[in-house]
Amino acid sequence: MLPYIGRRLLATIPVMAVVAVFVFLLLRLTAGDPAAIIAGDNATARDVAQIREKLGLDQPIVQQFIIWIGKTLRGDLGESFFFKKTVTELILGRVEPTLALATCTLLLAVTMAVPLGVTAAYKRGSWIDRFVMGLSVLGFSVPVFVIGYALMYLFAIHFAWLPVQGYQRIGDGFGGFIQRLVLPSFTLAIIYVALIARITRASVLEVLGADHVRTARAKGLADLPVLLRHVLRNAAVPIVTVIGLGVALLIGGVVVTESVFAIPGLGRLTVDAVLARDYPTVQAVVLLFSGVYVLINLLVDLTYTFLDPRIRY
Amino acid sequence: MSAVRRLAVALLAVSVILVAGAAPPAQAQTTLRVVMHSDLKIVDPIWTTAYIVRNHGYMVYDTLFAMDAKGEIRPQMVDKYDVSADKLTYTLTLRDGLLWHDGKPVTSEDCVASIKRWGAKDSMGQKLMSFVKELQVVNPKTFKIILKESTGLVLGALGKPSSNVPFMMPKRVAETDPNTQISEFIGSGPFIFKKDEWKPGDKAVWVKNPQYKPRSEAPSGLAGGKVVKVDRVEWRAIPDHQTAINALLAGEIDYMESPPHDLYPVLKQDANVRLVSLNPLGNQYTFRYNTLHKPFNDPKVRQAVMWAFNQEDFLKAVIGDKQYYKVCQSLFPCGTPLESRKGLEGGLLVESNFTKAKQLLKEAGYDGTTIVLMHSSDLAVLNNLAPVAKSLMEKAGFKVDMHSMDWQTLVSRRAKKDPPTAGGWHAFLTSWVSADILNPVMAGFLNSACDKAMFGWPCDEQMEKLRDQYARETDPGKQKAIAEAVQVRLTQYPTHIPLGQWYGAVAVRKNVQGMVEAPVTVFWNVEIKK
Repeated sequence: MLPYIGRRLLATIPVMAVVAVFVFLLLRLTAGDPAAIIAGDNATARDVAQIREKLGLDQPIVQQFIIWIGKTLRGDLGESFFFKKTVTELILGRVEPTLALATCTLLLAVTMAVPLGVTAAYKRGSWIDRFVMGLSVLGFSVPVFVIGYALMYLFAIHFAWLPVQGYQRIGDGFGGFIQRLVLPSFTLAIIYVALIARITRASVLEVLGADHVRTARAKGLADLPVLLRHVLRNAAVPIVTVIGLGVALLIGGVVVTESVFAIPGLGRLTVDAVLARDYPTVQAVVLLFSGVYVLINLLVDLTYTFLDPRIRY
Repeated sequence: MSAVRRLAVALLAVSVILVAGAAPPAQAQTTLRVVMHSDLKIVDPIWTTAYIVRNHGYMVYDTLFAMDAKGEIRPQMVDKYDVSADKLTYTLTLRDGLLWHDGKPVTSEDCVASIKRWGAKDSMGQKLMSFVKELQVVNPKTFKIILKESTGLVLGALGKPSSNVPFMMPKRVAETDPNTQISEFIGSGPFIFKKDEWKPGDKAVWVKNPQYKPRSEAPSGLAGGKVVKVDRVEWRAIPDHQTAINALLAGEIDYMESPPHDLYPVLKQDANVRLVSLNPLGNQYTFRYNTLHKPFNDPKVRQAVMWAFNQEDFLKAVIGDKQYYKVCQSLFPCGTPLESRKGLEGGLLVESNFTKAKQLLKEAGYDGTTIVLMHSSDLAVLNNLAPVAKSLMEKAGFKVDMHSMDWQTLVSRRAKKDPPTAGGWHAFLTSWVSADILNPVMAGFLNSACDKAMFGWPCDEQMEKLRDQYARETDPGKQKAIAEAVQVRLTQYPTHIPLGQWYGAVAVRKNVQGMVEAPVTVFWNVEIKK
């Protein structure tokens, strides 16, 4: 397996290179001048020109790219145009909230979606099945921010059970940390639950009709052991695949959820950086997200070997 | 243990955690939690003109002079000042007990270096410095501003309320190149910036400066005693208006600087929250032409637009509630000393006169060139302006192509001098803080120095002569007469069109009191009542 992992890791290099070129060009082609934004509304053309020069934006694009890529390869992601901080510092300061939100969301989504999907499949055609699938359609259809505002109104304003917004670092108290993650995680988890529950249902339904399940039942095994030992394990590959692929959905959702709930994570950093045309930060965050996505896909592929002994690399 | 019992224990544990998290932390100090109009990303108020940085400047730094509630300039760090009989020498003496946040005394040398850095960057500062022969340090507490020729700008410029404000910094900081951001944030103002707690995108923190000696007078505008009544001020970055309002309603924040007008009804319904208008001068909507390109290179065509517009249509479309806007038939903001109707007779600015507009277009020989109107669609306070402008211009006979974009894109595009058909522009609409446009020298859009003017690049020798005369005049009565001449000239050679004044309100929890009415949001005198 090690040579396979090595090959896959090597394959990430051209992928990341394409991403680097793409994001660099896309930013330069997008309308907007960071120097004009930094200078402020009352600035003169001379002020803007001086700031452009200071930021190196007056140099040809190719030269800018070579400087940036050279620094990036040496592990230097550059300095933000706006904050007097390095991009590495900025990213490190924002990782914890995003990681906490993503982990909570993933745990919540999997623990809710898999039982829902299995139950819907097991009770196929019943009201439970229709209810779960109805919820799934709803989860897919309603935008994340609408769910966020609705939950915020209900649980933070109306009942005042949970805070409206913000993030508390885990080091500042676990209670406050969890309390501030409940609403955003639930908001973000809903679309994920919808996706995983549907795939789980379809996958479990397929396995439920298989010969080995019929044999297990014929042997007199109870429903629960059949579902857990013989059905779920065989249905796991597509479920794990969709959890992995869904990380892209999660990344997109994090951007919106962090904005709605004022969580100072990587999603908010991305939005702020894009709106301010903070090129070094956007470039670094997009590279980071792409790298994470590629690695998660590799991890998903490796998980298959544990779930299905027939798969070997 | 049965499954049910295990579940019950787990639920109990989660409840305990949540309740523990809900318990308010023991607070030994009062903290004012604020959501400002924007996140604080840059902290050098001379390097940028951004208002959020200016507001940060008022926390950390102090000014030599400041504008009071009546619009008059009062000494702030200055104890006394003296003007020589020939009006060429201003001698300024600093107050006793002024200290930087590191405990060192504020000296004349610091002030001279600060004026030089500001004077190199700010447009009014540059104008002032063009009159200055020398900044002379007399002793640690006294310095002189020696002029080449007399000007009425000295106090007005040093007491300028808005960007760039001449904030005083220690000499070693003020000697930083004006085009490079400072890296040390030490001032002598009423608050100390906590650099270690500043997390852009999350929060910025200031604590009370225990060594600050406020003036003895009551606070008035940006002048008077800056008495700090809270231990700590936190600006929380909540970019979403709805979330910020929800946080205010839930008591998670105490103060919201600029809630959008359409959400005022939500705030008015809550008994624990109140809306307070703090900026009596408000803001002014403005239509800006690009005078470089056809047809706006012809003043007659620009006059036609002026006759087609009426302020009420714009104000109704954006602000809606009459309590928060004012039709103001004046170039300079209503309620300020230079307010005047001179030259605006016949309903100009307040009544659309399409007949007159069409006649002017005919005289100018307008050939139907399509006007490229930039429309900022992401800011609630600007969004509805361009559609109104388009509609009124079309009624006057213009062909208009409205290009929608976010504000940052507009800011970048307006700097382009290219023809409108090649990525340039003909016109856009924006809003000025009234405190930035109080006289012909301050008002950036009146600058008609061709290439040296702001985007739009008007080029008018007569306007420049009038602005220069204003800068040289020291008598307020004569200054007003010159300002009126500027207004008359604007109707002949329009550089922009004032589209009325609008006001915002801050939203605060009921127990937040003592806010100071000023053109800039400041936090001295604010207290949280128990």
